[in-house]
Amino acid sequence: MSVGLNHFLALSAILFSLGIYAVLTRKNAIQVLMGIELILNSANINFIAFARYGNFGFSGQIISLFVIILAAAEAAIALAIVLNIYKQFSTVNVDEIDGLKE
Amino acid sequence: MNENLLIQLSALNIVLPLFGFILLIFFGKKIYKSHVYEIITIFTGLVLSSIIAFFKLTYYESQTLIFEFRWIDFGNIPFIGNAGINLGIQLDNVSAIMQLTVYIVSFLVHLFSIKYMEGDPRYSRYFAYLGFFTFSMLGIVLTHNFLMMYIFWELVGVSSYLLIGFWFEKKSASDAAKKAFIVNRIGDVGFFLGILILYTNYHTFTFSEIFNQISQGNLPFNSGEWLTAAGILIFCGAIGKSAQFPLHVWLPDAMEGPTPVSALIHAATMVAAGVYLVARIFVMLTADAMLVIASIGAITAFISATIAITQTDIKRVLAYSTVSQLGYMIMSLGVGAYFFAFLHLITHAFFKAGLFLGSGSVIHAMHHEQDIRFMGGLRRKLPITYYTFLTYTLAIAGIPLTSGFLSKDGILGGTLAFANLTGYWIFPLVGFFVAMLTAFYMFRLVILTFHGEPRDVHKFEHAHESPKTMLIPLVSLAILSIFIFFSPNPFNIEAGWFYKWVKTPSTIVPEELAFPFMINESIEKSQSFIHSEIYTEALHHAHSSAMVISLIMAGLGILLAFVIYQWRLISADNLATKLQPLYNFSLNKWYFDELYAKTAVAFTIGVSNLFAWFDQKVIDGIVNGTATITRWTSFTSGKFDNKVVDGLVNFTAYFTGFFGMIFRKFQTGKVQTYLVMVLTGLIILFFIFKSV
Repeated sequence: MSVGLNHFLALSAILFSLGIYAVLTRKNAIQVLMGIELILNSANINFIAFARYGNFGFSGQIISLFVIILAAAEAAIALAIVLNIYKQFSTVNVDEIDGLKE
Repeated sequence: MNENLLIQLSALNIVLPLFGFILLIFFGKKIYKSHVYEIITIFTGLVLSSIIAFFKLTYYESQTLIFEFRWIDFGNIPFIGNAGINLGIQLDNVSAIMQLTVYIVSFLVHLFSIKYMEGDPRYSRYFAYLGFFTFSMLGIVLTHNFLMMYIFWELVGVSSYLLIGFWFEKKSASDAAKKAFIVNRIGDVGFFLGILILYTNYHTFTFSEIFNQISQGNLPFNSGEWLTAAGILIFCGAIGKSAQFPLHVWLPDAMEGPTPVSALIHAATMVAAGVYLVARIFVMLTADAMLVIASIGAITAFISATIAITQTDIKRVLAYSTVSQLGYMIMSLGVGAYFFAFLHLITHAFFKAGLFLGSGSVIHAMHHEQDIRFMGGLRRKLPITYYTFLTYTLAIAGIPLTSGFLSKDGILGGTLAFANLTGYWIFPLVGFFVAMLTAFYMFRLVILTFHGEPRDVHKFEHAHESPKTMLIPLVSLAILSIFIFFSPNPFNIEAGWFYKWVKTPSTIVPEELAFPFMINESIEKSQSFIHSEIYTEALHHAHSSAMVISLIMAGLGILLAFVIYQWRLISADNLATKLQPLYNFSLNKWYFDELYAKTAVAFTIGVSNLFAWFDQKVIDGIVNGTATITRWTSFTSGKFDNKVVDGLVNFTAYFTGFFGMIFRKFQTGKVQTYLVMVLTGLIILFFIFKSV
């Protein structure tokens, strides 16, 4: 059995679902961030798979590279936010940080 | 002393008593002996007015000094032209003399009041009112136009009202004050209408301008009847103020005021204002108007003289005698004897003020007993009061050597001359008869008060001569009642300076409207103050006969008084019983008060009741009905508001609240919840757009 596009897509879907699951269910903000990383990576897989099997040149790979850079920047900013949240509330539990309600 | 200074001093003279009034009315109780200041201002005014009169009469004898200014300017009014109101002061011989007279009497009355009013709780207010009255009276005397005259005319009415009702705790006093004011108002309505007729036609209130227009033949509404009407209407003011028939009823009641007030207001000055007014408009009176005026004067003189005979209140006798003498003056003006009317006005002011002050002295001595039936023999207790009182009585009776003789004689001569020229013999007839009555009732008063034996021994024992401040005015006025102040010849006024100063003006009305003898043929028709030749001639003719007859009449009256009351040859009581109806008629003042109570007053009250009923039933009904309707409407509209409008509003609020309750559940503030919703939404959108 050779590995085809569908396999990549399935892997990406699993990875995405795991990411969503992590984002929705984790209490710790850092774990939520990790879930977001998973989602970004699943997107990367999709881009590369479509670039490999479709006729797009290297566009997919380039976008993936951008996404990785974006993810790095995002991680840096998000961790800074989390640090500030911790300073403010002495917790990183997203259930307790519901100030938006007001 | 130039003309401007004279006018300025006159203006100052008007307002001087006002200063006293303002000081006393506001600070009277705070300043120690505040009335002294008022008396000082009046004294200053007296000195000033003497100076004014002296310079005016010596240096500006034939001039009329006028100072005027435009008070209100209406601007240019369509169809009328420039209109406005001028106010001003007119100082001529008549007003200079009158101003001096007012000040003399006012000052003496002030002096008299110091002791007379002593111990009154409203002592300073009394003097304030006196000052206010003097101010208003001077306004009338010195004005040069009808409007100011009318304003001060009313002010005089107000101050008279205040002074009559000075002891307002007494019901009779407050009633008398109201009566005086209301009766005066009736006359004033006529006065006002007369002024309106003149203003409508001439667009000015100033005497001289109006008279100029008339003398140029410019009559109101181009008709002589209107001129007559204007004259009579303005005379209506005099009827009220000078207590002429049929409005004479207020003056006797006005005796409820303090006696010095009666002397100042209801004998010497205010009641003379009416005569003064007629003298001011004398030149514009037509023959018809003069006849009306003379008739009113004669009727008044006769009626009040007959009433005075039987009155028993000392002040009431004097009051009716005042009315009678005012009737004389008015009659005198009506028959054209202008000069003698004015002379009598001045002489009467002095001796009648004296009579009232004398009666005040008697009342003071008798501890406020006013009924002459309880007096008698007071000659021994009050010698100075008696002799001064006798002087005044001789003056009013018209006995030679007194001032009253000169003026009264002149008036009677005037009526004789008038009768000679026109044939109205009723006027001299009434005049001479009243002269007799006057002598009779005045001597009756003197005999009953001062002669004989005391009838109330207790009060007689306690009677005492009045203090000096009350006697000085009495003596001064007695001296002023002697002929020498008016003429050096006791039998002929024409020898005196008074005759030189006061000239009878010749009439200015068109020839066909005036009495023929009033028209001055010799000079150009203008406002020259020279009397017509014919009338002067007739006066000369009548003079000696008038003198003889009036002396006989006065002597007869005095004799009769002595026969009945002093020697008691005829019993007064018997006479009264024999002439019961006549006696009662006179005692009850011809039933005028009853007549007015039955007619005018009853009619007014009836109409008022009708209006009150209309007010209470109809007007109040309408108002109450409106209120009920409004209340009902408001109630309904209130219900609608509460239920329907508020219901809608509340429903909206509940509706919004209800959905808010539901939707707020979604607003958890937790990021993950929102994310779930986003995903849910995404999935739903995915399924929706999938098929497209």
